[in-house]
Amino acid sequence: MNAVAETKQNETARRTKLSKGLIFAAFVGPALLTFLCIQIIPFIMGIYYSFTSWNGVSSAVEWVGLDNFARIFTEDDKFVRSFLFTLKFTIVAVALSNLIGFGLALMLNGALKSKNVLRTVFFMPNMIGGLLLGFIWQFIFIKGFAAVGEWSQLSFFQLPWLGDANTAFWGIVIVFAWQQSGYLMIIYIAALQGVDQSVLEASRIDGASRWMSLRKIVIPLIAPAFTICLFLSLSHAFKIYDLNYSLTGGGPFNSTESVAMNIYAEAFTNNNYGIGSAKSLVFFAIVALVTMGQVMLTKRREVEA
Amino acid sequence: MDSKYTVRTLALEIVAIALGLLFLVPFYFVLINSVKGNANILLDAASLPEEVIFKNFGRVWELLDFPKAFLNSLLVTVFSTAGLVVISSMAAWMLVRTPGKLSQILFGLFVAAMVIPFQTVMIPLVKLSASLGLVNSIPGLVFIYFGFGVSMTLFLYHGFIKSVPKEVEESASIDGCNPFGIFWRMVFPLLKPITVTVVILNTLWIWNDYLLPRLMLQEAELRTIPVAMSALFAQYNKQWDLGLSGLVIGTLPIVVFFLLLQKHIIKGIAAGSVK
Repeated sequence: MNAVAETKQNETARRTKLSKGLIFAAFVGPALLTFLCIQIIPFIMGIYYSFTSWNGVSSAVEWVGLDNFARIFTEDDKFVRSFLFTLKFTIVAVALSNLIGFGLALMLNGALKSKNVLRTVFFMPNMIGGLLLGFIWQFIFIKGFAAVGEWSQLSFFQLPWLGDANTAFWGIVIVFAWQQSGYLMIIYIAALQGVDQSVLEASRIDGASRWMSLRKIVIPLIAPAFTICLFLSLSHAFKIYDLNYSLTGGGPFNSTESVAMNIYAEAFTNNNYGIGSAKSLVFFAIVALVTMGQVMLTKRREVEA
Repeated sequence: MDSKYTVRTLALEIVAIALGLLFLVPFYFVLINSVKGNANILLDAASLPEEVIFKNFGRVWELLDFPKAFLNSLLVTVFSTAGLVVISSMAAWMLVRTPGKLSQILFGLFVAAMVIPFQTVMIPLVKLSASLGLVNSIPGLVFIYFGFGVSMTLFLYHGFIKSVPKEVEESASIDGCNPFGIFWRMVFPLLKPITVTVVILNTLWIWNDYLLPRLMLQEAELRTIPVAMSALFAQYNKQWDLGLSGLVIGTLPIVVFFLLLQKHIIKGIAAGSVK
């Protein structure tokens, strides 16, 4: 082989490599560019700001080290309270909405004549966003419940729902469950339909009760659906903002202020961008830990099953 | 799980229908009270209206500047969703078909970002988007939705494309088709099931989103429906006759969308979750 042919061959090899790189960039580039601009760069900026006393306006950004983080955990009762609210809310709301969602799925997976209509009905609240739902339920809790309470004389409807810290908490839980359980139901139904009916029949013949075959056969078989549903409801509940913004406004007396609301107020109402960024970073760490922990835990169950 | 219709099934059917009605009660309250006067609402919110009044709808239509808000919501949702389909499906295909370290790292980055809460990037994003000129502009907001939606959209396409056989693509590439032609003419049509899922999930999210448009669109004529609704409630607090008529108008588009496409929506959501 002579030298000219060899360089020519190298040249074409380099060219195809170059054009492959260009094609790769053309396909992946737009997605990567928007992703970097909107998520990654602000995320890194946020890490930097969390160590500063930036107020969002002035160009002087002063480095304060770990002061913001120390302040959040030692001096900021409101943040700690909003955190405890969010934690308690997440546990209760996730449990309740999955219980209802799974129960509805079991119910509609049978031979009911009305199952298609009911599936639509149970799913419908999910179409409406949290902000509008909050306003709708504000009316129901204040005026609707009062009217029903007067008519029925049931004390349940005569409680000061949104005016009291304890019932306001449950009010948000009720609306969350009403909105989310239909969505979770759809995922559980899809999983239930994949369960082999002959296995269930066999267990029935062997004398297993409904409850036994549900616990020992159905639930292990659809473990992946639990992983997904818990992940989805967990991250929705943790990041709740729109719903309590419009339903309670965080009240009464800040008792239903979520972490997301607290961060917003710190940054955009108090203009403490530095502290707000530090809070949002703590929030990120907790959300990441909890959701990843949950996925790992439930995934392990899937393998065992 | 029985296929026969027994007495037990009938009992279950009755319980199920009762539960279904209970789920619908909030809609009943909103609908009947939206055609009442304020005095009638305050007197008894549960009863049917004494007289049906429609004039609140006209007033709230103007207060919300509804045609404008509807158009803004529509533009943001349609362009963001369409753009997300284009950029994410292209990127996902290339990442699946180019095995290697770089593709792995990029995919990992996209997926890992799904756990970042919006509030964590929100504060710097407000500053950054002001300097990039993305504030108070609908195309700017659409660009921001690209960045937030691309993680999940790409993740769903990536999972789907892995199950698409590549033999056809390879023979087309030998025949001299360029990658764009192969992707748009041969691959993209095969992705239709997951495209339906992606369009539904993104439409629901973007149409109903409140915080991002509220931060990015400060001018009144750029408001989307949730932002306009929040402004209405801030201004006419406790004027339930106006508020409820507004809620009926505001929820109507998405409810109609759902009732028209419910089969696809329910199927699409189930398909997106079973991975």
